Amino acid sequence: MKRRPWFLFSVLCFGFAFFYVPILSMIVYSFNESRLATVWGGFSTKWYVSLLSNRQVGAALLLSVQIALISATIATILGTMAGIALARFTRFRGRVLFTGMVTAPLVMPEVITGISSLMLFILMADWIGWPGQRGFTTITLAHITFSMVFVTTVVQARMIQSDRAIEEAAMDLGSRPWQVMWDITLPTIFPAILSGWLLAFTISLDDVVITSFTTGPGNTTLPLLIWSKVKLGVTPDINALATLTVLVVGLGVVIAGVILNRAERRRILDERLAYRSND
Amino acid sequence: MRARLSHWFNKRGWSDLIIGLPYVWLALLFLLPFLIVLAMSLATRTPTAPPFGYGGENPILNFNGYARLFTDDLYIRAFLTSLGNAAVATILCLLIGFPMALGLTRVSKGWRNILLMLVILPFWTSFLLRVYAWMGMMGRNSWFNQLLTDGWNWLTPEGWAVTSLPLMHSNFAVVLVMVYTYLPFMILPLYASLERLDPALDEAAMDLGTRPFGVFRDVTLPQSIPGIVAGGLLVFIPAAGELVIPTLVGDAASPMIGRVISDEFSSARDWPMASSVAVALLVIMVIPTMLYSRYQARADGAGGQP
Repeated sequence: MKRRPWFLFSVLCFGFAFFYVPILSMIVYSFNESRLATVWGGFSTKWYVSLLSNRQVGAALLLSVQIALISATIATILGTMAGIALARFTRFRGRVLFTGMVTAPLVMPEVITGISSLMLFILMADWIGWPGQRGFTTITLAHITFSMVFVTTVVQARMIQSDRAIEEAAMDLGSRPWQVMWDITLPTIFPAILSGWLLAFTISLDDVVITSFTTGPGNTTLPLLIWSKVKLGVTPDINALATLTVLVVGLGVVIAGVILNRAERRRILDERLAYRSND
Repeated sequence: MRARLSHWFNKRGWSDLIIGLPYVWLALLFLLPFLIVLAMSLATRTPTAPPFGYGGENPILNFNGYARLFTDDLYIRAFLTSLGNAAVATILCLLIGFPMALGLTRVSKGWRNILLMLVILPFWTSFLLRVYAWMGMMGRNSWFNQLLTDGWNWLTPEGWAVTSLPLMHSNFAVVLVMVYTYLPFMILPLYASLERLDPALDEAAMDLGTRPFGVFRDVTLPQSIPGIVAGGLLVFIPAAGELVIPTLVGDAASPMIGRVISDEFSSARDWPMASSVAVALLVIMVIPTMLYSRYQARADGAGGQP
């Protein structure tokens, strides 16, 4: 006897409507002629034209991407090191404190991370004269700090799953520790490192609160620009910007999904072939 | 010399480097700022720049900030509003997210991957824009507000008729947007724990004559408690300290705690008070987190499922 769970399916439908109706509404209203962002006044693409000719938006996007690229890369290096350390070096001095420092930023409210970083930068400027002005460097430092722990979480989870015996075998065969790391550990956990980087990149690209505390004059990232506009109410050009974002992200996710799917299928095929040739 | 250096590097230096670099980074840029907040919460506010005094003619330890937390109405209300909104949002996420996660385990494999991708997709779009989408929906002239208004006028007696509903700038709006932005955090861990359940258990219970609701209550629900706890914390903790959502759609007359911290710091330039509120918020959040890790340690110790 197999009953169709109608209740579950209707909640699923409701849930996905809940997820996507506001986004669809935003897309539809981005083509609105009217200045009043929520009243329909005919079809128009003028908000896209005004958006694309807005130099502020371009500059803000460029700054956001630069910060995200640099901070995600450094966060991935530091976060991977921390993940390896926690998974492989089970005993070292100060491990408890280290574990705490890696977990705490995950649950720290962004406001507190923001004001504590700002206090640090102001007090450091007072004590040692650096940073003289807040901006690109201070934003990047703050982003690295709070996104590296996400990389650590991803890498650590992957390290715990991976087979340690291979590393030990390499050691027994006379490999130096750094060779083991380079030739065996890093290639095994590479997918985790990649997804950690992507996570750090999007976290940095998306952040408003911590950026708003650590920025200085003249350094407006794209989320800060949106934030300052949105605080004043709904404006049609933000609808256009949101539509473009959804389009880019959607395409990216679909392409990534297809590539991963194909890689997975190839891997399964290879495994089957390998088994067959063993017979 | 070189040989000794390389010997040291292979023996100790290598692991020291791997541990040391992230250690020093986090100590300088996470632990130190946190200690500054702790120290600042006991400092005295002064009209200098930076606006605090410590020692000298000021008391070395000033507990005024903490005392005000319990005497000043503003802070008590802000804490209650935050915890209340976060709790309601968490419960609503659970009520919507649990059937959705369970539904996801019941669809065919091809559909499941597409639907899971659709759950994750909003994650990758900007958080700010997702909040903004609801600002457009809730405004007084929007189609959504008009739809709800028509429903309201139809349901209630004629004397209560309104031209639009005051959805924006209310706790209702805050909770709605929180549920919207945090629902994936609830669905994903729930799905992960429900997916691992053995359907044979359901069938066994059914064969023994249990009704579908009984199967859910006695078989499915108890096994999914780890997912419920994980999802609940993933929603509750960020919701309680939220700053963006209450600023954009919340009621300025009853601010949430994140807003209070930010205002004390930026507008009032009262660093010690902002720090006291921040420390209090952390204490409140640390308790559920610690309960969770104890719970998890016990679950791991029991060593149930592989």
